[in-house]
Order: sequence, then C-alpha cells, then structure tokens
Amino acid sequence: MPSTPPAAPPPPATATAAGPGPARLAGVAASDAALRRFLHGLPGVDAVGLHARAAALGTRSIKASAKAYAIDLAISMIDLTTLEGADTPGKVRSLCAKARRPDPGDPSVPSTAAVCVYPDLAATARAALTGSGVRVAAVATAFPSGRAGLAVKLADTAEAVAAGADEVDMVIDRGAFLSGRYLEVFETIQAVRAACVRPDGSAAHLKVIFETGELGGYDNVRRAGWLAMAAGADFIKTSTGKVAVNATPPVTLVLLEAVRDFRAATGVQIGVKPAGGIRTSKDALKYLVLVNETLGDDWLSPDWFRFGASSLLNDLLMQRQKLTTGRYSGPDYVTVD
Amino acid sequence: MASRYGHFINGEAVEGSGRETLTTVDPATGLPLAEFAQGTAKDVDRAVRAARAAFPDWSGLPGAERAKYLFRIARIIQERSRELAVLESIDNGKPIRETRDVDLPLVAAHFFYYAGWADKLEYAGFGRSTTAGTSGAGPRPLGVAAQVIPWNFPLLMLAWKIAPALATGNTVVLKPAETTPLTALRFAEICRQAGLPRGVVNIVTGDGRTGAALTAHPGVDKVAFTGSTEVGRSIARSLAGSRVRLSLELGGKAANIVYDDAPIDQAVEGIVDGIFFNQGQVCCAGSRLLVQESVHDEVMEALKRRMATLRVGDPLDKNTDVGAINSAAQLARIRELADAGEAEGAQRWSPDCELPATGYWFAPTVFTGVSATHRIAREEIFGPVLSVLTFRTPEEAVAKANNTPYGLSAGVWTEKGSRILWTAARLRAGVVWSNTFNKFDPTSPFGGYKESGYGREGGRHGLEAYLDV
Repeated sequence: MPSTPPAAPPPPATATAAGPGPARLAGVAASDAALRRFLHGLPGVDAVGLHARAAALGTRSIKASAKAYAIDLAISMIDLTTLEGADTPGKVRSLCAKARRPDPGDPSVPSTAAVCVYPDLAATARAALTGSGVRVAAVATAFPSGRAGLAVKLADTAEAVAAGADEVDMVIDRGAFLSGRYLEVFETIQAVRAACVRPDGSAAHLKVIFETGELGGYDNVRRAGWLAMAAGADFIKTSTGKVAVNATPPVTLVLLEAVRDFRAATGVQIGVKPAGGIRTSKDALKYLVLVNETLGDDWLSPDWFRFGASSLLNDLLMQRQKLTTGRYSGPDYVTVD
Repeated sequence: MASRYGHFINGEAVEGSGRETLTTVDPATGLPLAEFAQGTAKDVDRAVRAARAAFPDWSGLPGAERAKYLFRIARIIQERSRELAVLESIDNGKPIRETRDVDLPLVAAHFFYYAGWADKLEYAGFGRSTTAGTSGAGPRPLGVAAQVIPWNFPLLMLAWKIAPALATGNTVVLKPAETTPLTALRFAEICRQAGLPRGVVNIVTGDGRTGAALTAHPGVDKVAFTGSTEVGRSIARSLAGSRVRLSLELGGKAANIVYDDAPIDQAVEGIVDGIFFNQGQVCCAGSRLLVQESVHDEVMEALKRRMATLRVGDPLDKNTDVGAINSAAQLARIRELADAGEAEGAQRWSPDCELPATGYWFAPTVFTGVSATHRIAREEIFGPVLSVLTFRTPEEAVAKANNTPYGLSAGVWTEKGSRILWTAARLRAGVVWSNTFNKFDPTSPFGGYKESGYGREGGRHGLEAYLDV
C-alpha cells in the first residue's frame, strides 16, 4: 500500500531531454509519409470487441482487503485538478492542502500524486506543495483547444516549467492530426518536450493529451498513442475534461494496449492517464482492473498510472471511511476542496 | 435443492417407476449434490401420454394466449435468474460469471422472443401463400415433441427447445442430461408457477437409456436432439423411414481464421472466448485456430500473455474465468486427446496455474505446430484445448477450415470487409462470426452442415422445426 508520497518517476530509459524520437523508433518520423505508413500499419481496433472486453473487466468483483488496497492506490494516483477560468490562488492553495492530506482526520490516507492547474497558478501550487512530495502539474500548449502557434505553445510550456511545474500536460492539435499532418503533431510534441528542459538540464515530465472524444474512432486513438510515444511523451492522457466525451474504459484500454506494445517494441515504459468523467470509487476500481489485467503490476503505481479527476477523491475518501468504520458517512465528512 | 428428485409429469413431481437412481455431482468438488430418478420406459410412456393428452387444448389455444404463458415464464426466469445461475453453476461447473451474464439473459430472451412469434405464425413465411392470397392452410403444430439436451448449457438448451415448441402449439417431453438435471427440474417449478396447463411440459430424467426410450417412443411426432454426433447418428438410424420429424444439433470443430490484418487485441479476446468459454465445452467452440503465417508469432505471444491472466478455479467465485470440467468421463476424454496431441508431435503450452485438488479440472491449453493430420486437429475435444495451424493465402485458409467432417461454426478476423464476405461465402458452416465469436441471439438461426447435424434452432427458422408447413 503506497502510503508514502509517490517517488519521482524515473527518466525514460533512452530519451535525452532534447531528442528522444529517433532513439525510440528509428526512422518512423523521417517524413510525413513514413510516419503515416507506420501509424496506419498498426493493427486496427474492433470497437465491438473492445467494448465487450472493457465491459467484461468492469464486472470484476473487488472486495474487502483488495478494495482497501485499491482505494489507497487510486488516491495516490490522483492528479487533483482544478482547471476553471475562475481559479484563484486561494482555491489552488486550498486544493494543495487537500492533496497533501486528503482526510484531515486520518493521517493514514496517502497524498495524491499531483495537483494540476493552469500555468499561471503553477507558482502558487509550487509554493503550497514544497516539501510534500506532491507534484505540480500544469496544463500548457493552449489548453484545452491546442489551437495556437508553436511559439505560443512553447512560451506557455516554458512559463509553466519556470514556475516550478514538475509535469506538463500538453494537448495535441486535433485539427492537424485529423487532417493527416502527423509530422507536424510529432514535431510539436518534440519541441514541447525540449521546452520542458530546465536550466539545470533536468526536464519536466511530459504528458500528452489527445482529447480522444474528438479523434473520431479507436484506430485514431491507437495511432495518436504511438505517435506521442515515439515523439517522446512520458505519459499519454485521454482528454482535457473539457468536452462531452472524456475518458471511457474502452478508450483507456486502447491506450493501455498501446503502452504495452510500445514497451515490447522499444523497452521504454510509458504512463497512462485517463481524465475527465471519473467520479466514483467504483469507476476508479474498474480502471485499476483494466490496468492490472492488461499490463499487470508494472503499471500499478502513480509513476505509471494517474487519474485526472477532481471529484473522485471525495468518493474514494467516503468509501475508505466506510471500510474503516463499517458505516457510510456523507459528503459533510469530507472537505469540499 | 432437494436431496432427491423424481420426474415432472402432467404438472406434478412424481416418483420414478424404477428403483434405480442416479446422482449428480458438483464438478468443482466431485461431491454429490442430489439423487434423481433413472427414467424407465414406463416413465417415458407416462410422460408422452400426458403430453398427448394436453396437446389438443394447448394447440387449440389462440396464439396470443400461448404467448401469455411464455411471457410469464420469461419474466419468472428473469426474476429468479440469480437462483438459477447459481444452481446451474453448481451443477455444471461453469463460472457464475457466464451463467449470470450469458446463459440466463439468453434463456429469458429465447422465451421472450418465441412468445412474440406465438400469435404471428401465419406471418412467419410458412403459410401456403398464393398470388391470390393464402390458400387457407396455415402452419400447424406437429404434436408431441421429444427433446433430448446436453450438459454443456443445460438451461439454455432447454430454452432453445421448449420455447419454440410451446410457441408453435406443441407439447413437450424433455430429458435433460444425466450430469446436469437440476435446472430443468427447477424449470418444472417455474412452469407450475406460471400456471402452465398440465402436461404441456414434462421432464423425465435419466441417462442415455431414458433418452433412447423417449426418442423411439411411437407416440412422439418430433424428435429434437442436441449432443454428440455418435448418438445423433443412432437416433437418425432408429427414426429413418418413420413419419417422425427429426432435428439434430451435433458436434463441431470450428475454424477460427485470423488474417494478418486482423485487430490483434480483439482477435485474441475472440480466440480466448472461442475456446475457453464454458471450458471449451461448446459444440461451436473455435477449437482450430488458423493463423496467417506472417502474424503467427505475434498472435501466439499475445494469446499466451492473455491466457496467463485467465483465472481457473471455484465456479461460484465471481472473478473466475474458467471453471470445472463437467464430469470425470469428460475430463478423461480431454486428457486422452491432449496426450495424443503431444504424442503426435505438437507443442503443448499451458500457463502456470494451480488447479484445485478435488473436482475435475483441466488447465487452458494451446497446441502449436499442429498439422491437419493430428487427432487434435480433427476430433472434437470438447474441452479447453486449442490447436493452432497456419496458412499462407485466403484460399488455403478456406480449404483447411472446410477440411473437417463437421460444419457448425467458424470465425473470420480481418479489418477488410470484402475479405470477410469472400471467406464467409466459402466456409461450410452454419454460423460464421466475423471479428467476434460465440455470440448468440434468439433471432439468429443456429445449426450445422455435414456431421454437425441438420435443422435450425433460433430465429424464424427455428419455428419450422416444430411446424407442419
């Protein structure tokens, strides 16, 4: 049971901060055509079978000690998130306090993995989290639409990193991806990755968001996954939480299969983060089942799997209290933020 | 569960006329569950007479009235589905996950589906239509249907047989398998709960001797059998030349064809579902995997990785994927054929899994390097044993898939629609699944080619087997 804060993820095995792509999959991004050939040569995804598999795993029964373990694991995997236009430093500080100690009455509850904010609030979060082990994640690159010039995206990223972000959540330009400009997406990811490098040579962890609800099908989700991994992503992430369809078990399953196959092909392990719409402990446990049965223990850690969620934590805390006391509490027994 | 059961004849639980009893055991432990009667010729005669006596009233009911009974049965099955799922799992050894999520929903669906047909038989396409309208002679029920069902899906096979028979106005004498009679006897209770008129459904328990007495009884008008090809052949022989209608649903050795452009992750799920669903004790199981050579290694690696995650064990554990083999006899047969596979030179692989010490268990097994002449590539194993063969071209895949005495089902995995159609049109199998496997639906006819039998169950086609058209 990970009751201590998550350790810093190890650096990717082969990547240097500046140019990871070619080392991982040589020649894949030699040209737009080569990249397209590679991505379209990946095995397809049959939606019916995918849904059936995800649904079948959703019926797994998790009870007693396994449930207690899974709840703590899920808490330690949360990127506690506030991404609203109305965010204030006060709100962020309050969220950071909650991330450090989710349940004021119970010190055995693990901290969350990170707090995820807009870049302008990264410094506030940094200050509030210093010494806690909870990491600061900042969304960047014209989040959530990703529709800005490269210079803007890089400046956005640099600002987040300079403000002390440990992790950068970037969005891809779905328009470029859907119109087949794969190389442009690839090179943007590489450039953002370079912008994650700090003056001391270390680099912020890069999570690449696909907004899977806008990609038009599971074949494209798998392609986007491979594209980002080849370009140097440390994590691949389903969505921004800002559109109608965010993370779903099937779409997460596709990404899990992609990281599994990517490690088999390159030896490099990549993390996965479903985000948006995961609100209940029951949902979270289903995702952990997907991870366990697709990837096994290797990914069952906050270093390799995260939940992008804000309201999930309270439900996990209430479930945890129920397991501890044998009684259901209520929303007034957990903090609102 | 009672410790002792008799038959269900003319709406009542009755003692068997003979002294002999059989015992059904829990395959997961090998421990006895209950005793039940070995039906004698006298018992069978009594049941057939009860069905005969009930036939005029039952077939004389308007279709809509018969439908009401069927709807009622379907709803009671839904209400009692947990109870039935647990009982089925205990008696058969299959995981509760399958009885709960697959068997019972399908059982209820079959009764609902055929209830819907009961008042629409004139419109099922079997009436004697002329260009000037109908001639006036619609489809009519046959009379008394003798039905013998297997142990692999005890309640589902009962539903496949009884629902269309009742919808069309026939009365029924059904014999469940001797290793799995419990849910049929529970179904008898449901018939009573639904207020079904006496004698419309009768259930006689016993082994093959009871089945032989039933199928050969001169008072039956129709015989429906699901089971082994060997027994089916002897029934066909005994009925040859008589007026009795016969439908047979027998063995299979399905080919599951994986082309190199298949969606690999889903294909692996389909392969697993095809051969390890119900421990492979499925007549349409995808027991011959035909993989295109260019993706053989990739598919096998993915398959083995997936097989290593299968949970084998207690059927009543909700997380169990693979349960117990139904009987000691079946386990012995699976062992014999698997040993033959090794002896003939195929490479055997099973994931590391600890099997329970008591009961009947067989680990999920895959054989690679199988050639078409091996016994494991030809004979129906009816267990969790997969034989993997390779092919290079679509023509070769079809030739190998069809090269079997059976023809019940097949699977095709490819992302290319035209290749699905090309392949499916050439496969000699009653069901061809594409990019899926082992999917059942009451609206879809099911049945075989060649030694897999004749006649269709399910769908509109399934009505024909119980109608004089």
